[in-house]
Amino acid sequence: MRPPISTPSVDWLAISPELALAAAGVVIVMLRALLRRRPLATPLCAVVAISGTVAAGAVEYRLWHVIRHHHAITTVAGMVRVDLFGVFLGVVVLAATILAILLSVAYLHREQLEAPEYLALVLLSAAGMLAMTTANDLIVVFLALEVLSIPLYVLAAFDRRRLSSQEAGIKYFVLGSFSSAIFLYGVALCYGATGTTSLTGIADFLSRNTLLDQGTLLAGIAMLLVGLGFKVAAVPFHMWTPDVYQGAPTPVTSFMSAATKAAGFAALLRVFGVAFPLYRSDWRPAVWALAVLSLVVGSVAAVIQTDVKRILAYSSIAHAGYVLIGFQAGTSRGREAALLYLFVYAFMTIGAFAVITVAARRGDDHHSLDDYRGLALERPVVGGLLIFFVLAQAGVPLTGGFIAKLEVFSAAAQANQYGLLIIGVLASVVAAFFYLRIAYTLLTPGAEAPKPVAALRRVDVWSAVVLLACAALVLVVGVVPGAFVHWAKDATFLL
Amino acid sequence: MIAAFHVTPTFYLVLAAALFSIGAIGLLVRRNVLVMFMCIELMLNAVNLTFVAFAKALNDIGGQVLVFFTLVVAAAEVAVGLAIIVAIFRRRREATADDLRVLEG
Repeated sequence: MRPPISTPSVDWLAISPELALAAAGVVIVMLRALLRRRPLATPLCAVVAISGTVAAGAVEYRLWHVIRHHHAITTVAGMVRVDLFGVFLGVVVLAATILAILLSVAYLHREQLEAPEYLALVLLSAAGMLAMTTANDLIVVFLALEVLSIPLYVLAAFDRRRLSSQEAGIKYFVLGSFSSAIFLYGVALCYGATGTTSLTGIADFLSRNTLLDQGTLLAGIAMLLVGLGFKVAAVPFHMWTPDVYQGAPTPVTSFMSAATKAAGFAALLRVFGVAFPLYRSDWRPAVWALAVLSLVVGSVAAVIQTDVKRILAYSSIAHAGYVLIGFQAGTSRGREAALLYLFVYAFMTIGAFAVITVAARRGDDHHSLDDYRGLALERPVVGGLLIFFVLAQAGVPLTGGFIAKLEVFSAAAQANQYGLLIIGVLASVVAAFFYLRIAYTLLTPGAEAPKPVAALRRVDVWSAVVLLACAALVLVVGVVPGAFVHWAKDATFLL
Repeated sequence: MIAAFHVTPTFYLVLAAALFSIGAIGLLVRRNVLVMFMCIELMLNAVNLTFVAFAKALNDIGGQVLVFFTLVVAAAEVAVGLAIIVAIFRRRREATADDLRVLEG
């Protein structure tokens, strides 16, 4: 007689945010199958999607307090570690998810893409991102990476009538799977070198043993860095970013830019901070190079672009460079700066893409700077908000972007990374040029009378909520940063 | 002399590395989307071979279990990837990477 199979104990509260999102996604697919094309289907599914996200957010709120007063939760046989770090980035992901869903409702209606599957895909992708923020095992990181990526491939290609959307989908798919395969090979090499895939297990092994052959492990670490570098769009692994950001439906772009970056950096910070702290002197120079290249290429290439979505794509590459500065410092101060940057960046980028969503013409294909000429004169509120968001991304004082950059730079200074600090400051000067170019374009009247972008449509209420929420948060972080800095500090404490 | 020739896990690791490189290079140089897609599958299977070889070398069952996760993920990727390729084929007769150039700037 065989002994019964022993299953690991599971702390259901700790993993319920992921479960809530996945359950909401499944319910939506079921509703779609049952209701077919009844007019009720789409609003009902939107309600389910939003309540699933809110429920996940409520659990994260509860987890934050539980963990702060007790200790981090490690569950499912050590595969998942829910700590303040994971909860903090989980909240960023959930905020991005709910804003993207609200933004999508009117967009899908306008583009006649109304399909509940869209919402289900967003939720499943967000569930993968949440799993990524709390993954404590390389194989869980890989699974989360795939669970978040595969729905995004479909979402990028969701607009079947637009060739550019399909092209974005296939490009994202090919390069995304390529990076996943590289990441997986990195996992295999780390497993071969240390005999485990658990992050804490690897750290334990490396602290107790000296490897005779460092080559396998170092190659593995390098491949992990490449795979995750693709996801966070760091140069030289950024080739997909401009094409995918431009071609994908704009609400998907906003979701991708904010949430994927948060999840990707969650994995980077955790894998390298927990498993390989002893190899800091090996990976820090590589991260230094990634940061410098991202800052320089992102800022300089954005200057010569003429499409607003592409400009924002390159700017998101530059933003990845700033987060990498915090990561490169390798200190808890650096992690705190990276977390705060990801938080602020999520709202700055969703806000900017939200304006682009509501200001664009039907078809979502006209985003050149000329199409936006004079927008702020014709529609002062919408245009003004876009100016506000690009100025925040440029790091103008009294916006969250300024505080985020300040934190990153002071973390670099504290880690004696003055070279990186100077390059970062210079890059933000170059970047200010194209941000101001967008602002200038919005404020100058077009040569001809017809207004290409703004067919003076009213902004629907949910998009207005998104715009105001993003603007309010970016402003609040800029004016009273104390509480946010404090939360980011808490989140790095237990890593 | 033949008897001295032992097949060690290292052989499989080298084979896997070669397969992985073939897949990676194929992905970068071939222009047909379907062939690029097959190259990704080759890379994933090379990783599977690496996992199994390491599991054998370390005498640890964990590595063999990981292969199942990879297989599931690869299957999911196949489904989505082929769906996107079919959607593009419907719009146009052929699908090579060079035809996909609406987005360039």
